[in-house]
Amino acid sequence: MLILECPCCGVKGEETEFAPGGEAHLKRFGPGSSEDDFHAYLFEKENPRGVHFERWRHANGCGKWFHAARDTLTLEVFGTYPAQTAEPPKDIRDKIAARRPGWRWREFS
Amino acid sequence: MSEAQSAMPGAAFEGAHTVRETGLCGMITLRGDLGASAMAEAVRDAAGTAVPGRREIVHEGASSVAWMSPDELLVMTEYARVPEALAAIGAALKGAHHLAVDVSDARAMFEVTGKPGAVREAIAKLCPVDMGHDAFAPGQIRRTRMGQVAAAFWMVDEGTIRVVCFRSVAEYVFGLLRDAGLPGGEVGLFG
Repeated sequence: MLILECPCCGVKGEETEFAPGGEAHLKRFGPGSSEDDFHAYLFEKENPRGVHFERWRHANGCGKWFHAARDTLTLEVFGTYPAQTAEPPKDIRDKIAARRPGWRWREFS
Repeated sequence: MSEAQSAMPGAAFEGAHTVRETGLCGMITLRGDLGASAMAEAVRDAAGTAVPGRREIVHEGASSVAWMSPDELLVMTEYARVPEALAAIGAALKGAHHLAVDVSDARAMFEVTGKPGAVREAIAKLCPVDMGHDAFAPGQIRRTRMGQVAAAFWMVDEGTIRVVCFRSVAEYVFGLLRDAGLPGGEVGLFG
């Protein structure tokens, strides 16, 4: 079972209270961008076995979006942080480094 | 003018705990900057309470105000008082970015009463929430999932829990609460 803590309302809830929102920290390529960029934005998603960053929504709670850093293999949650960030905050990255030395995810490590 | 009806007038159940539909209740969804002084004034004028803290519910007479999300409150009062409360909110928040809507007829409310352990058990059977005595107490509100639908609940006192859900799923929620109290299903986890 995946247990997440919503950073907006502080509730520690289990997975069914939340709705997954896919990969985090995507840069949107919309009208006017090149076809390659648009294709990559739409289809080339991370699918790691290990450290992953995702967007989640507290659908059956406060209704807010947030980010979560977790391990897709062990379901360990390294931390959750507000949606209004363009990259994982330093304390979350440090926490992951302590648990998974040498981790990499896209351009972050 | 048609006569206002609650979702399941008179619905009641008696078993390990008792369930009843509470009848018409005025509810206002109030969204805006909860930290603003105008918001505090609006809540005081509409319900006579202070703005509740995170995941809290405060009561004053027949009115209650519940914290729903970082920018949303649920103001509950008598059904007939809603227009007056809305006017008070509108006056206090005039010029400020906010939203106040009468949602009384969009919701249903149930009251679960019984032995303290039994009412906690009823909720624990239906929601993914820690209902332990040290985890949930009167004064807190929890929005969550009840069976397949969204619901919120709070404890009025150790032997009374109130549940709100959407009116469209009232029958389903009543069925859940009833089935959780059928004879032979007692677990006794909470004493």
